[in-house]
Amino acid sequence: MRRMEKKDIMHLASLSRIRISQAEAEAFTKEIDAILEYVGAVNEITADVSLTKKVGVRHNIFREDKVTNDPEFYTQAHLRKAPHTSGR
Amino acid sequence: MTIKELRAQFVAGTKTPLEVVEEVFAVINEKNKEIHAFLDVYEEARSEAQAATERYAQEGDKAPELLGIPFAIKNNILIKGKKATAASKILENYVATYDATVIQRLKDAGAIIIGSTNLDEFAMGSSTENSAFGPTKNPIDPTRVPGGTSGGSAAAVAMGAAVAALGTDTGGSIRQPASFCGIVGFKPTYGAVSRYGLIASGSSLDQAGPLTKSVADAEVVYNIIAGIDPLDSTTIESDTYENAPLKDVYTIGIPRDFLGEGIDADVMEAFEAHVESLRAQGHTVVDIELPLFEKGLAAYYIVQPAEVSSNLARFDGMRYGSQVSGESLLDVYENTRALGFGPETKRRILLGTFVLSSGYYDAYYAKAEAVRGLMRTELAKAFTAVDAILIPTSPIPAFKFGEKSDPLAMYRADIFTVPVSLAGVPALSVPCGSVQRDGIDLPVGVQYIAPHGGDVRLFDIGKKVYDQKLKG
Repeated sequence: MRRMEKKDIMHLASLSRIRISQAEAEAFTKEIDAILEYVGAVNEITADVSLTKKVGVRHNIFREDKVTNDPEFYTQAHLRKAPHTSGR
Repeated sequence: MTIKELRAQFVAGTKTPLEVVEEVFAVINEKNKEIHAFLDVYEEARSEAQAATERYAQEGDKAPELLGIPFAIKNNILIKGKKATAASKILENYVATYDATVIQRLKDAGAIIIGSTNLDEFAMGSSTENSAFGPTKNPIDPTRVPGGTSGGSAAAVAMGAAVAALGTDTGGSIRQPASFCGIVGFKPTYGAVSRYGLIASGSSLDQAGPLTKSVADAEVVYNIIAGIDPLDSTTIESDTYENAPLKDVYTIGIPRDFLGEGIDADVMEAFEAHVESLRAQGHTVVDIELPLFEKGLAAYYIVQPAEVSSNLARFDGMRYGSQVSGESLLDVYENTRALGFGPETKRRILLGTFVLSSGYYDAYYAKAEAVRGLMRTELAKAFTAVDAILIPTSPIPAFKFGEKSDPLAMYRADIFTVPVSLAGVPALSVPCGSVQRDGIDLPVGVQYIAPHGGDVRLFDIGKKVYDQKLKG
């Protein structure tokens, strides 16, 4: 099992668009490394990974392609939630 | 007081919704400052209670089923016009623009919403310590956690500040706090209750459900909130799964190998005493094997963070929620998410990003999903021999604040609840006794698990093994 390093955590933080401090990175490195060691136990099970694709009772749900609310019903309410709606 | 008792009194006119709401507000005024179960309390509950009181005088038992019953709502469920924070700084001032389906259904049934309750940020944690607005305390012993993530909802019901509450359960977030606070908690079959208007945590796991004082009450609430919803295509029809018939006596399976180390000895004693009472009631108890359940915790802490890393990508400071400015667009994203998310949320986003990343996907995420599939098969096989499975809800009673500061130690407390969530089956936690810590009796819960679609069977079992004792 691969060990986490601080540079891996910095890279993951960058991918996740979260700015983290050096101190945070150090703490996360230790913690996430320990968590990964624990969850790596899933590899002790000889499971066929292709099983993933047929798990459960998944099937497509369709509905008619029609507008379910009046035009602009939600638009203004939602736009008001944005920090900025113009300019900058 | 339970929903059933209050309803009878409202109809008979021996008590009014206004009196009950005033009692509830009195409890909140007295205790919420210390317990911090509620993030917001809604004053208009008083005028709604006045209106409900007048309706009962006119309509009697024709009034809607939950008319005048005070509910507390976990703050990751949207109530139109009210703050929906998910206990996160990033949504600190976000006001919901619509009602979640479960809220719409409660309102249609006449329920009075008293306020919104505290939780672990974005429903991640097991103690409510991860709330950006400070933890909730356990009303039974305020030096201890109420459990999580629906800790505020559980505390509200336990301290008498609501007759019932809604929570959400991703990996035990209804059942574990219910057991820590000595009340009933129910996680429905995945898809039984609409997720429309719930702030997503792990989308393949999340279910809303009731926290109540009796199993009969949990059933009443479930019957109101459950059912197909055109706005959530994962909701299931009543015949999606095979019918789980009700019986006079049940065969209950116990996975003994799974109940090994890590359980407090007196918690196990309380569990065994419950098993004995089952036998005394005429139910059959048998040992079963569920070898994969032990791996549930590992699989869960891959699948759940993976889904979180994807779900929480939407909080970018652009469309809603708080925004922290920066030099460039990238700076805005990174600053907003740095200040908006707490440590556990960041930890899970990073972990989830890793297990989904190229080169590690197969070893972690794909493998965990495969294990999950095998667990479902294993469970289905077990349910050919037994009607329900019984395990403790938690290996330990409510713990002290700060006791589980190591994230992995906190995750381990979820050992008995997460396998159920991965499989998508329903589970009911009921109190089964207590254990003493520092001279205080802390409640212990047991968890009944039924096959997919076996929600009603769990209510039947729960009423037999718990509600009857309440009356006795």
